[in-house]
Amino acid sequence: MPTPILEKESLIPGRTSKLVLHAPEIARNARPGHFVMLRMNPAGERIPLTIADTDPEKGTIVIVYLVMGKSTALLEALKAGDSILDVCGPLGKPTHIEKNGTVVCVGGGTGIAAMHHIAKGHWRAGNRVVGVIGARTKDLLLFEKELSSFAHELLISTDDGSYGHKGLVTDLLRERLETDKNVFEVVAVGPVPMMAAVAETTRPFGVRTTVSLNPIMVDGIGMCGACRVTVGGKTKFACVDGPEFDGHQVDFAELRRRLGAFREQEKISLDQYRSQHGN
Amino acid sequence: METKEKKTVAPRTDMPCQPADVRARNFDEVALGYTKEMALQEAARCLQCKNPRCVKGCPVEVPIRDFIGEVARGNFDAAYRIIKTTNSLPAVCGRVCPQEHQCEGNCVLKAKGQPVAIGRLERFVADNHIASSACEQVTGTNSCAAPLGGKKMACIGSGPASLTCAGVCAGAGIKVDVFEALHEPGGVLIYGIPAFRLPKNVVATEVNGLRQTGVDFHLNHVGGRTVSVNELAKEYDAVFIGVGAGLPIFLGVPGENLVGVFSANEYLTRVNLGRAYDFPNHDTPAFHGKNVTVFGAGNVAMDAARTALRMGADSVHIVYRRTRAEMPARHEEVEHAEEEGVKFAMLSAPVRFNGDDEMRLTSVTLQKMELGEPDASGRRRPVPVAGSEYDLPTDLAIVALGTRSNPILLEATEGLEKTERGYIKVNEETGETSLPNVFAGGDIVTGAATVILAMGAGRKAGQEIVRRLGGV
Repeated sequence: MPTPILEKESLIPGRTSKLVLHAPEIARNARPGHFVMLRMNPAGERIPLTIADTDPEKGTIVIVYLVMGKSTALLEALKAGDSILDVCGPLGKPTHIEKNGTVVCVGGGTGIAAMHHIAKGHWRAGNRVVGVIGARTKDLLLFEKELSSFAHELLISTDDGSYGHKGLVTDLLRERLETDKNVFEVVAVGPVPMMAAVAETTRPFGVRTTVSLNPIMVDGIGMCGACRVTVGGKTKFACVDGPEFDGHQVDFAELRRRLGAFREQEKISLDQYRSQHGN
Repeated sequence: METKEKKTVAPRTDMPCQPADVRARNFDEVALGYTKEMALQEAARCLQCKNPRCVKGCPVEVPIRDFIGEVARGNFDAAYRIIKTTNSLPAVCGRVCPQEHQCEGNCVLKAKGQPVAIGRLERFVADNHIASSACEQVTGTNSCAAPLGGKKMACIGSGPASLTCAGVCAGAGIKVDVFEALHEPGGVLIYGIPAFRLPKNVVATEVNGLRQTGVDFHLNHVGGRTVSVNELAKEYDAVFIGVGAGLPIFLGVPGENLVGVFSANEYLTRVNLGRAYDFPNHDTPAFHGKNVTVFGAGNVAMDAARTALRMGADSVHIVYRRTRAEMPARHEEVEHAEEEGVKFAMLSAPVRFNGDDEMRLTSVTLQKMELGEPDASGRRRPVPVAGSEYDLPTDLAIVALGTRSNPILLEATEGLEKTERGYIKVNEETGETSLPNVFAGGDIVTGAATVILAMGAGRKAGQEIVRRLGGV
């Protein structure tokens, strides 16, 4: 059965939207850290997206995406009332959440939405949540309002200084770790370079650092190993062993290279779509 | 002796195929199937043994002698009904079974080197049968049982084991719900075996037959995630677990995560399920290689190598550490691959994958092997030859070493006993697991095996479920 889109909210016009989907079985079983695989139409490919929120009572899940290529462009072309052909989940291992003190949740770009669900889980478990979010500029900042409703503190940075601290989220993170000894864990979700930088920032402090990896996926259920990553020198499948791993053990350079494996075809696909849709 | 002279039989009837140079560049079916005349001619070779050994070689014991007898008399519908008494997917089995090790391996004519072409005849009968009803499609008869008073069962997975179990149960009047994790039903028949060996409409016909008899397919439902075995066991009178053994095994040599190294599961899933052969009309891309190297020598390795050729590779090598005689793939597939231009690097084993600055695969380093003493499996163990390393230029490597059990469902299910190897433990007689009225069969019980063995397990469990729920 196709999955209906109940609401659509444009967060960054043409680039990023938030969708509320009617998916009661997924909403009932999903925990922070889980993701879904989606396919938009019969000729479409399967893509992974993190579940940004759930409402089990209403039977809904929230997904947030950045328009990067054809499949996310197809998603952006849908509106409330339309349906997504295939939505499969919840997949992956849920976030490990225990009550332990202060957790710093770092989010970058669209990753803020995914991080938000993890932060909410920590807040519900009784941890003190410090949100640290960043974007290139003020207009690209997401989920500030959603996060502020449960984060005990919210620190914001922009590359151009148009809002909050001028600079990177890692500046704010380093400052916090230098002054706050109660931080037992740092969680980071965002682009690969950001997660790698967070891991390097926390390493000298010896603070546990969890990153949510975003490798290429095909089935999302452990059948193929497209999403394999090297963690602590061992090969892991992000879809079944993760997607969250110890950031100090992840080979980020390998992940970045593997994400580029299909770059030429991704361009062909998007160019063809744009030429057919006149933009 | 005179009588022996008389019994000399005609050679096996050849099956027409697409010419090798043409088919190596398309995804259409290679083997075209018998005509009616060819089927009659081949069926006439069968000696109609009093004690047919071929039947014992078939994991689901198709009454082979009897169906071939009907084919020889031109009674094709009768032949279909006989096959369907024990085999739910004859059009599939006729194409993908390793008959040389099963029915045909046991045929008395094999002594003369030319067993009856049982698989080809089964395929002919199935392909030429036009079912007059969904019931007939599923059971071979028009007498499907009346609904069993609201009894219902669930299958998890929709590969050969589950489809067979669903067919047995639905035919007996039990309401069946199938839960499939992917977006298309069929399991390995859809994502694994390429269209040039098993056209997808053959699978669709069987799935549609099941649908019309009231089997509902719930796609995008992952057993252990979207639905749980423990919950289904409460809601349904019986549950069958047929989720396969899908987790791919990698070589474990350095460089295996370079860009350009794929599991056969990923490569084939992209091309078959994702229709990457039709990119960009379909969105799933497949990685293109000029020089392709495939590791392994089973049917999956042959499928991957032949697929890579069809995707435009200049050269495709299969690397195997033993010799041709030990290759587990079907003879016919090895021959087809060779005719199409696949090359074989025998007695070679991978040492490492080599890449450029951007971590893209450029070559594989192989080491020569020689055969030593037999190992536990009775096959001579390959032993590395010192100082024999050599490089094979490769920009796409496909690892086809088999699969192991997928932990998703097993970890999420309370009270489900496992074997030491991590597969589901079942009662040999009934297929029942440690959970009452929860059955399992196929690769998730045995480890990676064949389509027909999975179907045999699905059939056995289905019959037990029907018996327990009071069916006919």
